Amino acid sequence: MADSNTPSVGNVMKEGLWGQNVVFAQLLAMCPTMAVTTSGTNGLGMGLATTAVLIVSNILVSMIRHTVSSQVRIPVFVVVIAGLVTVVDMALNAWMHDLYKVLGLFIALIVVNCAILGRAEAFAVKNGVLISAVDGLAMGLGFTGALTVIGLIREFFGSGTLFSNASNLLGPGFAFLEMKLPGYGGALLMILPPGGFAILGFLLAGKRAMEARQARHAGKPAPAHAEPAHC
Amino acid sequence: MNLDAIREKLGYQPVLLGTVALLVSGALAVAASSTHDAIAAAEAADLRNSLSEVLPKGFADNDLVKDVVTLQYKDKPLTIYRARLGSELKGVVFQVSERGYSGEIAVLMAVDVSGKMLGARVLKHTETPGLGDKIEIAKDKWILSFDGKSLGEPPADKWAVKKDGGVFDQFAGATITPRAVVKAVKGGMVFFSEHKTDILGG
Repeated sequence: MADSNTPSVGNVMKEGLWGQNVVFAQLLAMCPTMAVTTSGTNGLGMGLATTAVLIVSNILVSMIRHTVSSQVRIPVFVVVIAGLVTVVDMALNAWMHDLYKVLGLFIALIVVNCAILGRAEAFAVKNGVLISAVDGLAMGLGFTGALTVIGLIREFFGSGTLFSNASNLLGPGFAFLEMKLPGYGGALLMILPPGGFAILGFLLAGKRAMEARQARHAGKPAPAHAEPAHC
Repeated sequence: MNLDAIREKLGYQPVLLGTVALLVSGALAVAASSTHDAIAAAEAADLRNSLSEVLPKGFADNDLVKDVVTLQYKDKPLTIYRARLGSELKGVVFQVSERGYSGEIAVLMAVDVSGKMLGARVLKHTETPGLGDKIEIAKDKWILSFDGKSLGEPPADKWAVKKDGGVFDQFAGATITPRAVVKAVKGGMVFFSEHKTDILGG
């Protein structure tokens, strides 16, 4: 497992935020995506918690990448990531109890997020510690952005609010984010899982159309379809 | 010997797996023991906060956490916190739980000596965010609809969500969650009325 040429920071950031976006391009992490994007605030909270774990897990995996033999790397990474998430869960519960009361629900869900293992496999195991941390940050922020956007759309159509309860997550200073459409009962379908899939489908179609148009303008063939992932 | 050669040996893999498992378990043990006290303290503080929240302001002046009686409820010991003003017993606070849509919902409820609900709060749940979590006071005022209710008012068969012919609202898209909370509180009320002498006297 020799290191390949180290990719540039700018490239890694671009790929994480847009080109290889966890949700919109790799179609990874569908379980947490559908489960928590019932509101913008939930999406944001889950995204930020995942970003933190992703950065640390990428760093750890990158640090041990020369020691781990390729045959047993998957169980090793699973153990490391699960241990890490549990430690984060306990530490938050103990020392940042107020934040834990808001985020606690999401922390345990991070273990089942295969984007974490995905980045360990696809990036951290082949690259240096620093650039792996950058990759974790970029992928995490891309994930956060995707969850927040899906959450906001579902919340807007589903309950007629935007960022409801954001002040619970971010502190009272962010109460200005919270908006409510008066006299709108909400379309329940959007809150239920089918709404999540529908919104994701439309967003994916939009992204594909945009990329195809850009490619046409540049005179290149449309980019290949993303391979759907397995979880 | 160079690392690449060692890494390919069969014996290396179980040793590596074992070492990683040991290190991670060790890290978890250290984290668990160093966070144990802080988590317990934080949860006790939460308990004190919630205990004072289900009681009206100025209702009690004792430390409820220290004035407890333990009874069997559903084959499990149940701690009942007693609220006193001066030395007079005014009411009790205890925790009930019921299976909701995705796991146990723990509800803390306060009842005064005459059997009237003083209040209820959901302590812990894993219901769907955005749907079932309206049982939290932070998200919705629904839980306040228990205030002032007692076993005769509404009558026992009206202790249910509206869909089941009762008086309590359900939420759009989430009936199971409020139904479980209502069932839990009703169970607590029945328990209180059946064991009133033990609870208040013991």
